[in-house]
Amino acid sequence: MGVAVIGVGYYGFNANTPDLSWKEIMYEAATRAYADAGINPRKDVDSFITCAEDIYEGFAIFDEFVPDQLGAVVKPTCTICGDFLYGIATAYMHIESGLADVAVVEAHSKASDILTFGNVIKFAMDPIWLRNVGKAHPYYFAALEMAQYVNECCITEEQIAEVVVKNKNNALLNDSAPYGAKVTVEDVLNSPMVFDPMRKIEIAQRADGAIVFVLASDKIAKEAEDPVWVKGVGWWSETSNFDTMSFNAYYAYKSAKMAYKLAGITNPAKEIDFAEVDDRFAFKELQHLEALQLSKRYETATLMQEGYFARDGALPVNISGGNLGIGNLLEATGGQKALEVVLQLRGLAGKRQLSDVEVGVAQAWRYIPTASGAVAVFGV
Amino acid sequence: MEVERISGLKFHKKQDVAIVGAGMTTWKRRLNETGKELSYLAVKQALEEAGLEIGDIEMVVMGSAPDTFDGLHMKGEYLLDGSGGSDRPYMRVFVGGGTGVFAPIAGYWHVASGLADVCLVVCEEKMSSCHPHPQSGFKYIWDPILDRPLNPNLIWIFALEMRRYMHVHNIKHEDIALVSVKNKANALDHPCAQVAEKITVEDVLNSEPMALPVRRLDVSPPSDGAAALIMVAPHIARQLTDNPVWVTGVGWALDTTMWTNRDLYFPRYVAEAAKMAYRMAHITDPRKEIDVAEPYDPFDYKELHHMEGLGLAKKGEAPILTREGVTARDGDLPTCPSGGLLGVGNPIAATMGVKACELYWQLAYRAGKRQVAKEVTNGVCQAWGDLMQVGTVMVMSNKR
Repeated sequence: MGVAVIGVGYYGFNANTPDLSWKEIMYEAATRAYADAGINPRKDVDSFITCAEDIYEGFAIFDEFVPDQLGAVVKPTCTICGDFLYGIATAYMHIESGLADVAVVEAHSKASDILTFGNVIKFAMDPIWLRNVGKAHPYYFAALEMAQYVNECCITEEQIAEVVVKNKNNALLNDSAPYGAKVTVEDVLNSPMVFDPMRKIEIAQRADGAIVFVLASDKIAKEAEDPVWVKGVGWWSETSNFDTMSFNAYYAYKSAKMAYKLAGITNPAKEIDFAEVDDRFAFKELQHLEALQLSKRYETATLMQEGYFARDGALPVNISGGNLGIGNLLEATGGQKALEVVLQLRGLAGKRQLSDVEVGVAQAWRYIPTASGAVAVFGV
Repeated sequence: MEVERISGLKFHKKQDVAIVGAGMTTWKRRLNETGKELSYLAVKQALEEAGLEIGDIEMVVMGSAPDTFDGLHMKGEYLLDGSGGSDRPYMRVFVGGGTGVFAPIAGYWHVASGLADVCLVVCEEKMSSCHPHPQSGFKYIWDPILDRPLNPNLIWIFALEMRRYMHVHNIKHEDIALVSVKNKANALDHPCAQVAEKITVEDVLNSEPMALPVRRLDVSPPSDGAAALIMVAPHIARQLTDNPVWVTGVGWALDTTMWTNRDLYFPRYVAEAAKMAYRMAHITDPRKEIDVAEPYDPFDYKELHHMEGLGLAKKGEAPILTREGVTARDGDLPTCPSGGLLGVGNPIAATMGVKACELYWQLAYRAGKRQVAKEVTNGVCQAWGDLMQVGTVMVMSNKR
């Protein structure tokens, strides 16, 4: 048995989308994915999965609003409260358990509709112990984690700046990356320090977009054009308590371990050709690369400076521009990562196409204040 | 209901799925416990019944309905450590009120896909923290352009549905009230029940009008509570028990958002979900082959409505079966022997405790005073939710 991606579609990504509603961007992405896979959603799909969180959407029961624009009326349709990669894991299980031969996964971000993003995140914090600690913006929690990480691993400001420089410059080759910019290390160091030790430019700004994947069992995928195989999936949660988290992206380490095991990967740093990792805070990219075992602890920042993770480096990371270049896509973040991996593997990444890539990994975190995340390994 | 017989490879799972333990808390207004604590209590019971420890659990599925009840964003993440989800793969699934049976369906695919051999399913709901009443949380479930300006609430859209059902089949309120009488009496035997009582049809018809034809005793109460279920692969089940209960079929379907465009007299989404589950379970004549049923009964008419959706009665026939005592605990088709939501309570997602958990207890002959009179082999449970829109169905059997 195997599971493959046989079609992808996306809409975006934009800093805001005043002309279309969230329903319309879902529709745009879905129709493109169905055309790409050559399927009719009303006849050919056995399961539809949307990844969404109620309060990001501004609804009490968001799954009510899913079926119509996906062509999923009176069909098995459900919502997973998690990142797009959790949706990929769910579709993988649907296909492996025989519940579906073709499954559709959707996630979107209409972050531009959110007026008070910081307050929304505050509502994710424990109402007794954490929510009312000071009047700080929740980004401070990421800054605390960063402080521990950079001190533990002796990482300099310049090394963190390298992440921003790489991703924002990578984004210049991506038409769908609204936050691409030609910046230098000096520019980053001159950016205001908003959450010490974190600078404003090291925080991904929010963006809108929608991503839809069509997945199928091997029986169907073998007849499809350019199938990209889901070699492994993994997801993992550490704890929901900020005071007991390890602050070392253990969620990414464990979910990668699960995904690598399914994919039969024993030496990720060698066997994986490129990676798309969550970089919604610049330091998170370094932390996640270590957790994914793509580089050794204490060496990652130096490798970053040496260009090991650059477009022409040994292991290109966030060629799409990452979240720093494309934006924070909320629950669709993993979708953008998986999309880039699939486009690269199919040779459809345009100006940013890498040569000779066969295995790529996508990773996403569930953002502050969680220690949960998911990983998917794709290959051709 | 016509269900086609299927053959061949469709539904070719990696391994069978057995249920070996369940637990639930008392359902009521529980101001002293947080949602994490409620989850903990249910999980502890389920682990004890299965003879497992939390370290044996490989993956956890969480079911919980709207975040607005608790005023929490990412409620699943918040409930993570109370429910045993920390340090393992943990995922929350959500289909509104249908979550009570959808979460065990998610547990099923975790095991059937071969990714987990031991999966814990936890459902938690704490409605009392929503002030002044959980109904105010439902203000945000409407289409903001088309529905919300009408300032609707759930009771009155269900009143529309009940009225339509009564009109199409010419059903009297007296016949519907019998469901409330039966379930509240059944609940007298349930140790977790919130509103169990001996009432009469007159009590229902004379109770306070909410949105006519819906009256106070036609409706289940808001509750706080949690439930847990443990699903395992066959080789684990063999080590734990001689009598596991097998999940033989699952199904779910979500209808259009535009509830105003549907004929409300028949829940076609429940029928579609049931067909999927019956096909998988190789059940072709549900009325004959199903021995015990737990349809979702947040309102008394909903039990009848859902029996028809599940193919346990012909359209318009469910009130007749009820009047004739077929659905009583000692009847030919015991329905809601737990006492259901009307008698035990309605903590939205945690209703898994009187649906999937109850069905497991009935089929394992562990239901105590609630055990139905007849011999049982196959059972079905079902939940419903959203804008009268989602049906989730699970079929179980004590024979593999």
